[in-house]
Amino acid sequence: MDNKKREIAIKHDIKKAPKTGNWRYMRPEVDKEKCIGCTTCVPFCPDVSIEMKKWKDGEKDKADIDYDFCKGCGVCADVCPVKAIRMLKK
Amino acid sequence: MNKELAKNFAPGHSACQGCGFPAIVRTILGEATTPIVVANATGCLEVTSTIYPYTAWKVPYIHNAFENAAATISGVERAYKALSKKGKIKKKIKFVAFGGDGGTYDIGLQSLSGALERGHDFLYVVYDNGGYMNTGNQRSSATPYGAGTETTPVGKESFGKMETRKSIMEIVNAHRVPYLAQANVAYLADLKKKAKKALEVEGPSFLAVFSPCTNNWKFPTSQYVRIARLATETNFWPLYEIENGKYNINWATEKPKPVEEFLKTQGRFKHLFSEKNKGVLKEVQKKVDDEWMRLVNLTD
Repeated sequence: MDNKKREIAIKHDIKKAPKTGNWRYMRPEVDKEKCIGCTTCVPFCPDVSIEMKKWKDGEKDKADIDYDFCKGCGVCADVCPVKAIRMLKK
Repeated sequence: MNKELAKNFAPGHSACQGCGFPAIVRTILGEATTPIVVANATGCLEVTSTIYPYTAWKVPYIHNAFENAAATISGVERAYKALSKKGKIKKKIKFVAFGGDGGTYDIGLQSLSGALERGHDFLYVVYDNGGYMNTGNQRSSATPYGAGTETTPVGKESFGKMETRKSIMEIVNAHRVPYLAQANVAYLADLKKKAKKALEVEGPSFLAVFSPCTNNWKFPTSQYVRIARLATETNFWPLYEIENGKYNINWATEKPKPVEEFLKTQGRFKHLFSEKNKGVLKEVQKKVDDEWMRLVNLTD
């Protein structure tokens, strides 16, 4: 009985999720030199595609975009206070 | 993918590019310190996050019909209370219901009112995009005055919606719930604070969150934060909370921007800038000013 219960349990597997990255027609690109690591863009991304990643020793973590789920809406480029994110045609 | 933010609500959902509500859902659920159970009324959030056979939710989630998110969550909450009384559940669990403005202001109003009156321990969140956006932009009672929608079309005789939007905050406040607040997706720090307070409260609490809709408000996909911020800066959507009957304004400015600044960013208000609709534009400004003055008077 216990085993059966385990079999029907729904497990969350992000690898099986539909990759919404193929919706994109404009691609955000971070200029790491310009990025000040303020993290403003991170919570506003509807598809949580922005992560702060280590860039150089002794410097702040910089925004890094994962293109698997990024729909290319451009919100990150709009909210960036130093305009470090540009939207490029693919 | 940002694992920390995807903890409760994963990417891969099919919300429009540049939609406002994923940030709202993540911010509110991120503030929870206990396990959470979510009920969700039919609406954009539900149809985009639970496309068969996928789900974006990583928390226990109950889907129900359009009108009964609050009734469903009250049932779940009562069952939890009964089971914990018997000692079958030991941990503390919080209950959250999400609904759009259609499922809250119009269709789900009576079940919400019932749940608030019975005093269940839950948080109800309405993400307000001012219309039935998921079915193609029909008017709801949250649609602002002057907005053009499919069912209030703009033409020779009509300037869009001719009625004032109703105040859900006043309706909920009439139930004398311990905590309710109006928040905005552009002010996430404020939303976080309010979500935390609302989840800590024993008994019902309510959050109304402004959520721009890129598709049917007709603005570019990159603009939702900018437009949401303008809504508060023009006093169109003031940020305030009501704690045990006491009003508190969370964001105010000496010189609010004219409401045109907010209206001109969206296609649904485009017609208001024509010569013959000048009076309507003045009326919108008057309504916003009156509402703000009413609110200021209540805080004293």
